[in-house]
Order: sequence, then structure tokens, then C-alpha cells
Amino acid sequence: MAFVLTEEQTMLRDMAKDFFTEQVPVANLRKLRDEESADGYDKDVWKQIVELGFAGILIPEEYGGTGFGPMGLGIVMKEAGRTLAASPLYSTAVLGAGLIMAAGSDEQKSALLPKIASGETLTALALEETNHHNPLNTAMAAEKSGDGFTLNGDKKFVIDGHIADTLIVVARTSGAAGDAQGLSMFLVDAKAEGVSVTRNHMVDSRNAASVSFANVSVRAEALLGSLGGANAELESSLDLARVCLAAEMLGGAETVFDTTLDYLKERKQFGVIIGTFQALKHRAAELFCEVEICQSVLLDALSALEERRNDTPRAASLAKARVGDALRLITNEGVQMHGGIGMTDAVDMGLFMKRARVQAQMLGDTNFHRTRYADLGGY
Amino acid sequence: MTALDSFREETRTWLEENCPASMRTPMPEREMPWGGRQAKYPNPDTKTWMDNMASRGWTAPTWPAEYGGGGLSKQENKVLQEELGRIKARPALTSFGLWMLGPALLEFASEEQKKKYLGEIIRGEIRWCQGYSEPGAGSDLAGLQTKAEDKGDHYLVNGQKVWTSYADQCDWIFCLVRTDTSVKHDGISFLLIDMDDAGVEARPIKLISGASPFCETFLTDVKVPKENLVGELNKGWTIAKRLLEHERSMISGMGMGAGAASMGGMEAVAKENFGAEGDKIADPSIRQAVADHKMDQQAFGLTLKRAEAEAKAGQGMGAAASMFKYYGTEVNKRRFELLLDLMGTQALGWEGEGFDKRELAVTRSWLRSKGNSIEGGTSEVQLNVIAKRVLGLPDA
Repeated sequence: MAFVLTEEQTMLRDMAKDFFTEQVPVANLRKLRDEESADGYDKDVWKQIVELGFAGILIPEEYGGTGFGPMGLGIVMKEAGRTLAASPLYSTAVLGAGLIMAAGSDEQKSALLPKIASGETLTALALEETNHHNPLNTAMAAEKSGDGFTLNGDKKFVIDGHIADTLIVVARTSGAAGDAQGLSMFLVDAKAEGVSVTRNHMVDSRNAASVSFANVSVRAEALLGSLGGANAELESSLDLARVCLAAEMLGGAETVFDTTLDYLKERKQFGVIIGTFQALKHRAAELFCEVEICQSVLLDALSALEERRNDTPRAASLAKARVGDALRLITNEGVQMHGGIGMTDAVDMGLFMKRARVQAQMLGDTNFHRTRYADLGGY
Repeated sequence: MTALDSFREETRTWLEENCPASMRTPMPEREMPWGGRQAKYPNPDTKTWMDNMASRGWTAPTWPAEYGGGGLSKQENKVLQEELGRIKARPALTSFGLWMLGPALLEFASEEQKKKYLGEIIRGEIRWCQGYSEPGAGSDLAGLQTKAEDKGDHYLVNGQKVWTSYADQCDWIFCLVRTDTSVKHDGISFLLIDMDDAGVEARPIKLISGASPFCETFLTDVKVPKENLVGELNKGWTIAKRLLEHERSMISGMGMGAGAASMGGMEAVAKENFGAEGDKIADPSIRQAVADHKMDQQAFGLTLKRAEAEAKAGQGMGAAASMFKYYGTEVNKRRFELLLDLMGTQALGWEGEGFDKRELAVTRSWLRSKGNSIEGGTSEVQLNVIAKRVLGLPDA
């Protein structure tokens, strides 16, 4: 189990840290928000991310990627999380590349992976239909018609949905909502007839969209993975994405903790530094413990993915839930310990807290993963 | 064959010949090899095994051979431990002398003291206890008042120590005493006292969990020879702090997973008491509570492993080490509270009919676990340490 980064991974981390700190600070997200950017991400930044090889970090070299694997991807996501960097990394480099690698045919891989690695194609996963993540509850229908399929239904909380070129749509080819069998995935051109995309402005100022499908025709080759058996392929890719989200979330938690700690050391009240108060010291020390515990859980989950361990789903749920709990606590404490100024838009605490709540809902919140952890544990 | 390979081979052969068969079976508590002048050996093999191991210095494998230790390198010791593990050998000697006092003596004691005391520890001849806390000096340990007055050729010691584990069965006590009343930390010295000396009396303390290994130890006009002072006069606090580090790392790993394991695991206890639907615990709130706790426990276990990996990679124990005592003992306490919730009235028996042995043990362990976050530095003290040493938050 890899609890200590290799030399290569350490170099990658340092490179990612320098890049996001210098080129994509939190100010970058503020600018996108305040200028009401239609894309919701900075194309120049994305170009640099691609040049650094991060877009293809999961993709093998034969398809134009850098092949660093899940650990490398997690390392980059964590650094991106530290500065709330807005980019299609999650939707494209994590979910898009992950799903196509897990379920794609040779043709699909050859057609899409090099374009993902080169930054030409952006993808988005159209999965959620209800207020809470639960892939099995997918109800949207994909009916066989001719040698292709017709898609009808509505998807919500599609991350980067309005900037994606290719949508990866999860729909039902048989069975009813709740069934594990009968789920299929389709690669759908975002500009196809019958697809309508509406951007949703979320509290975190990042990208999400609602997507409607009205009699959208796709050809047989659009099927990604097996017909009716997508659940397994989907789950393994979702676990990868859940751990990457946990990495991004822990990056955010680190920034909030570090910033808050600095504040405790400089803010004066009653004539003294507030960090001298034991009521605050103990809470800060508890937050430190939470961050440390989460580092272990995250590294274990990334190792599980890297080594393709049997307990990967459980490790992924542990990471998403445990980091989720910690991040909620840390962002709340970050605002509280900053006091009045923590409530203002001028400091970053609020931005991290808003992002944290959106991240919590992505691919299953703490309740979802605690329950799944118990399910997988056989109790 | 490398030198290490031949060491392994030689060790394996020696253990085969010198580790009695009964010492390769699980150890009942009454056969714990504490050693000392008052030791009783219900199983005589315990003594044989201790003597055999001590003859090679392997009760203290990495201590220097000149003091009777094994003189093994780190790698050799690893081989020895692996070979001991392979035959499931019991520890040959369990002792505060080995875990706490010995390392401090190696670092701070005079040559004569090392020669005398280390050998006795290694051979299990003297059983040591720790005289730190006092009725008025708990978390504020440096506020201790037990006085050692300079009487020319000896110190005259007066005072009271509490929480002296196993003091009624121990031979010697290592004590923190006040040798200067005008200053706090810089007026403390580290003194070794023979408990057979006139004026030393130990009385057991009864805890909320019933019997306990703890005592209070009274020191009344005890004459202690001057050569029993370890390190410099008034520099005992440095030694004390070092010793506490050993103690804290000992307690944080203590008893993890115990209790629930004896009952067949938390999940099984929950299903037994709240029913099962398929393989799931029927009561959803209990199920959540069990999952929550198991996640915390796994997360803590992973953190211990990470610290180990970091240490091996030469990154030191890392910042994580300072949280072990705090987090580990808190998780432990929560585990017993949850077990009580799961077992209901069956976890509330004190003795006698109506409860089996394991159930009664859970009750006692639950009560005893409350002390985990008090002994060896309270959780609050641990948080202070993290805030100050790791986070660099200023003192008031």
C-alpha cells in the first residue's frame, strides 16, 4: 500500500502545486464569476492544463496520454482543489477518460481518448435525475429503434454539461428504476437534434447544467459498454471519480485549515492574539486530526484504485464519506473562526464552503456512502 | 548466504531449542511475565523462557551488549521479531523497565547506573513502577510536590504519588521529585527508589471498573542514596518528557478493536440484538451508527499504518504521531459506548448470574476505557500539545 509518494509522484505534486498556485489562484474563479463567463472556465488555463499533460493523465501513452494512473490523477485533483481551480478536469479527464477506458470499444477509445488528452474534446456525464445521487434509480428510457436507439428523458446536475462536446448518457434499455440490470450508456453529440442544454447557476459558481432529450436518435455504435449491463462499468468509473472528488475536497479542506490557522495567529481581540484562546486551540487541533485522518483514507483509496484491489468500492466510499464529513466541519469552522469577516465575500472562506456543499452532493453524499460502506461490509 | 540470512537460520535453530512449547500458545493474563522479586510463575516455562532469552540479551534485543542487551542491529532485530512471530512465541518479559525506564537510562544515566540497572531489567530481576502523578499534580505534572531534601550523603524523600501502576507488586520506583521549590520545571529531579526501603508504602486504588493495577504510593522520610539520582540535579523534567513520549505511544495503540472482537464483532452484536433483514442490520439508525464507527476505526488504523510507512521511508513519524493518543483513545471510548447501546442490559451486569464472561468483560472494559483519555496526558493536554508543537499557536 502506497502511503508515501514515490519520487516521480512527488515531482508531479510539486509541479501541480506550483501551477495551480501561480496560474489558477482562487482569484481566477472570482473573475469567472464576476465577469459572468459564459463558459464557466478559462480556456487559456485549460490549454495550460493540457500542455502539462493533466488532461490525459489517466490515459495510456498509446492513446496520447501520460499514463500516470489514478494516483497521479488524484494528486493533481487535490492541488486543483486547493485553489478551487475551475476547469473541465473532473468532467473530462476523470469521468470521460475513466468511462471510455473502462467501457469503450477499441474504436471508441481510438476516436475519443486522444482528443481528450489533447484537450480538443470535452465530455460530461449525464447521470442524475433526482435530487440525490443514485445510479440505479435511473428512469430515462433508451428504446431500440432500427439498428439504433431513441433517447427520451431529463437529466440534471450534469457537471460541465453546457460546455461538453460529447455527453455520456446513462439510460434504461430494460427494467425499471431501482433495477441493477437494464442500464446502458450512450455517447451522444451535445449538438444532436433533440438535445437541449440549460446551464444552471449553482452556489459554487462552477459549471452544471440540465439536459433534456426529446426523441434523440443515436446509432448502434453510440452504445458505450454492454447493453443493459452498464452498472458494473459505471460503478468502477464512478469509484475512481469519487476518490478524485475526495482528493479535490481534501485539497480544499487543507486550504481552509491553513488559512484559518494563519488567521488565528494574526487576529487580535481583547488585546491578544485569538490563537492563544484554548477554546479555539482545541478546535484547531481537532481539525488538524481530521485532515490527517483524511490524508490516510485518501491515499489508501488511491492505492486501491492503482492496485485494482477488491475492496476498492469500500475504500472509495470510506474516502468520499470521511472526507465529506471532515470538509463540512472544516468549512463551517473556517467561517466561524474568521468571525464577521468570514461572512464577507471578500475572503475565500465562503467560496470554499459553497464548493464543499456541491462536492458533497456529487456522486453521493456522506449518507449515501455510509450506507454503501455498510452494504459492502455485509451488515 | 548473507550475514542476515545466517543470523536468521541460527536464530531459528536457537528458538526451536530454547522456546518451550507452552510459550508458543496464547497467554492467559495470569501468566504475564512481569518478572521481579515477587514474581510467581504458575507456569514454570515462563521463567525458563525469560531466562533463556535474557541469557542472549534478547529481552532487550537492541540495547548494547556491554550492559547485557542483545546488541542487535535494526535489521537483526527485525529478523528476530519475525522469527518469534513465526512460532507465535509469547513475550519473554513484559516490563515498564524495558519500555520506559531502560531507554531513559541509556540516554541519561551514568555508566555505573547503566551497568547496575539495565542488567537487572534485562534479566527480569527487578520490576519497576513509575512515580509521576500526585494528588495535586495530574495534567499539571510539573506542579509536583514530593520533596527530596539534600541531607549530605542522602536525599530525604517525603510525599505521595498516585496512579503508580502495579506498585504493590513492584520492587523499585522511578520518581520525579522536587529538589528546588523556588522554580517549577527546573526544580524537578529524577530519582530511583528501592521500595523495600523504610517509609515506602503502596496501597491499591479501586476504580469504577472494580479492581485496578493502580496504587497510591506514600513516601515518608525515605532515605535515598545520592547515587540514585539520574542525570543532573534539577534536570529531571527533560527525562520525564522523554519517558512520557514512550508512554503515550504505548497507550494509543492499546486495546484497539478489543471488546467488540470478543463478542464476535460489532456487526454480529448488532444483528443479534436488533435483528437482520437479509444480511443487513434491521434497525437503520443502529446500522448507521455501526458503519460510522467502523469507518472511524478503519480511518484511524490506516493512519497508524501511514505513520509506520512514513517512518520507514525516513520521514520521521510525521505530524500525525501527535494525534494518535488523542484520536485513538477517543475512538476506543466511542466503541464501548456503542457496544453498550447494542447490547442493552446485557452490557450492564456487574457479576454473577445472568451474564456470561464476555458480557461482564465488556461492562468492565467500558468503564476502564474512560481512563484511556485521562492517563498518560488527558485528551485536553494532547490537544494543547498539537496546538502548540504542531500548529504553532501561541501561549496565552
